[in-house]
Amino acid sequence: MLSYAIKRIGLAVIILITVMLAMYAMVFLVPGDPASLALGPRATPELKEMLRERMGLDQPVVVQIWNFFRNAAMGDLGYDVWSRRPVLEQIWEVFPSTLVLGALALGWAVTAGVLLGCAAVVWRDTVADRLLGLLSVSLISIPAFVVAIYAILIFAVWLRWLPAIGGGEAGDLGSQARALILPAFALGIGWVGYVARLVRASMLEVMGQNHIRTARAFGLPERRIVFGHALRVAIIPTIAILAVGFGSILSSAVFVETVFARPGIGTLITGAVEKRNYPVVMGTVLFMTAFYLCVVTAADLLIARLDPRVRDVFRG
Amino acid sequence: MSFAADRPSPRRWQRLPLNPMGMFGLVLVLIFVAMALFAPVLAPYDPVKINVVAKFQPPSLAHWAGTDQLGRDLLSRIIHGARTALFIAMTSVGLAGAIGILLGLIAGYGPRWLDGLLVLLFDSLSSLPMILFALAVITVMGPGTATLIVVVVLISIPGYARLIRAETLRLAQADFILAERTMGAGPVRILLRHLLPNVVGPLLIVLSMDIPVIIMLEAGLSYLNLGVRPPTPSWGNILQDGYTSLRSAPSMVIIAGVPLVLATLGFTFLGEGLRDALDPRLAVRGLR
Repeated sequence: MLSYAIKRIGLAVIILITVMLAMYAMVFLVPGDPASLALGPRATPELKEMLRERMGLDQPVVVQIWNFFRNAAMGDLGYDVWSRRPVLEQIWEVFPSTLVLGALALGWAVTAGVLLGCAAVVWRDTVADRLLGLLSVSLISIPAFVVAIYAILIFAVWLRWLPAIGGGEAGDLGSQARALILPAFALGIGWVGYVARLVRASMLEVMGQNHIRTARAFGLPERRIVFGHALRVAIIPTIAILAVGFGSILSSAVFVETVFARPGIGTLITGAVEKRNYPVVMGTVLFMTAFYLCVVTAADLLIARLDPRVRDVFRG
Repeated sequence: MSFAADRPSPRRWQRLPLNPMGMFGLVLVLIFVAMALFAPVLAPYDPVKINVVAKFQPPSLAHWAGTDQLGRDLLSRIIHGARTALFIAMTSVGLAGAIGILLGLIAGYGPRWLDGLLVLLFDSLSSLPMILFALAVITVMGPGTATLIVVVVLISIPGYARLIRAETLRLAQADFILAERTMGAGPVRILLRHLLPNVVGPLLIVLSMDIPVIIMLEAGLSYLNLGVRPPTPSWGNILQDGYTSLRSAPSMVIIAGVPLVLATLGFTFLGEGLRDALDPRLAVRGLR
C-alpha cells in the first residue's frame, strides 16, 4: 500500500510540474509579450516597460521560470498587475463559494443518480428501465448553462420564488442558501444522468456475483438485495468517477456562475480573461489543477484501500 | 470482431442498423447538417442585417422566431448558428482525431521512452480542468473561431491518442503483425497498412460522441463572449443576447435554447446508437 501511495503521489507531482511548464511555455509561444497585450495598442512604451518590470518579464527566461516555480512552491502565485493584490488572496476569497456550489451540485446529483440507477436495476429490462436510460442520456447531453437560463426564467422571473442572480446577502445564511438552489440544480443535473448510468452498470455486474445469489437463495426481497447488498459493492467505481466529477463540476461551474453572476472561481477567471490578466488566469488554472490532482489522487488511494485488487496493478 | 453472438434474440427494431434512440438522433443530426449546409438558402433573411426599427418582435409570420435587440431575424441567426457550431465541431474533431492517431500510433509502436514521455504528456493535459484550460488558451491567443478550434484540439488529443495507443499495443501482439514482421515488413508499412485500418474504427465512434460536447463548449464560450466573435451568429451568443433581454423579451431566450438542446441531444443519441450497434466495449469509457 505504501509503495502504491508513493508512486501515485509522485505521479501527481510530476504531472503538476509538467502542467506548470506547459502553461509557462504557452505564454512565450505566442507573439507579443503579455504586458503589451494586456495594455492594448494605445499603451506608451514607458507604461509597457513599467508593466513588464512589474510582471518580471525583463529578466532572462530561465530566471523567470525558476522564480515562478519557487514562488508557486511557497504558495505565491504572483501579483495581479491591475489590482496589485496577490493572486492567491483573490482565489481564496472566492474559492469557498465555488466549493460549496460544487459540493451541493454533486451531492444532489449523486443522491438522485443513485436512486435512479437502483430503480433501473430493480426494474431492469422493462420499459421503465429503458425510459430511465433515455432520461439519463438526455440529462447528460443538455448544457448546464441552458438549464441555468431556463431555471432563472421559470423560478426567478415568472414564479419569483428564488433570486435570479448574485450569491446572496453577505452574512445572511438564509439568503445565501436560497441563492445556491438554482445554480446547484443547474450544475448538478447532468451528473444525475452520469451517476444513474454508472450505478446501473456496476450494479448489474455485481448482481451476477455469488454473494447476491446466496442472498437471493435465502429468500431476501429484491429491494433489500439491491439497496443493502449490491449497492455497497457497486459504489466503489462510483467513488473514482465522483472524484473526476468533482473536478469537472468545479470547472464547468464557470458557465453557471457567470449566468447567475455568483462570486466564484468562474467569475474571477472570466473577468480576468477579458482583461487578459495573465497572472490571475494562470494562477487560477494552476490552483484548480493542483486541487483537482489532490482530489483524484486521494480518491485513488481510497479505492486502493477499499479494493486491494487495484494496488496489484498500478494503472497510472 | 462481432459481438452479435452476445446479444439477445433480435426483435424487429433490432434489425435496423441503429436502435430507435439512434435513429431519432440520426434524424435530428441530418436536420442540423442540412441547416448548416444550406444555411444561405434556408435562412429567410440576412443573419447579420441590422434593422433597429424591427427590434424585439415576437414570433410572427414574417419572422417565425421573432427578432433580436438589433432587429435581426432570429430564425436566420439560428440557422447560420448551426453552420458555425458544426463547422467548429467537425474541423476540430477531424484535426484532433488525425493528431491523436499519429501520436497514439507512435506511443504504441515506437520506442518505450517516447511512449513514457507521451503518456505523461497525455496525463498532464487531461488533468487540467477542461474549461479553465480553455480560458487560459483564450487569454493567450485572444478569442475567436481559430482559438476555439485550437482549444478543442488540445483538450481532445489525449483521449484519442490514449485510445489509439491501447488498441495499437493490443494489436502489436497479434499473429498477423508478427507474420508481417517475419516477412520483413518495415515499421512504417506495418503502422500504415496494418495497424491504422484496425484502430480507426473505435476512434470514429468516440469522435462522434464528442461532437455534442464540443457544440456545448463552443456555445458556452460564445455565451461568455469568449468564443465566436459577434456579429457571426453562434447559438451561444444568441443565447447571450436573449439572456440580456430576459425580462423584456423572454421569447428570445426560450427560442434560442431550443436548437442547442436539440443538437446536443441528437448528436448524443446518434453517438450512443452507433456505439451500441458497432462496439459495445466502448460503453465503459472514461468521462471528460
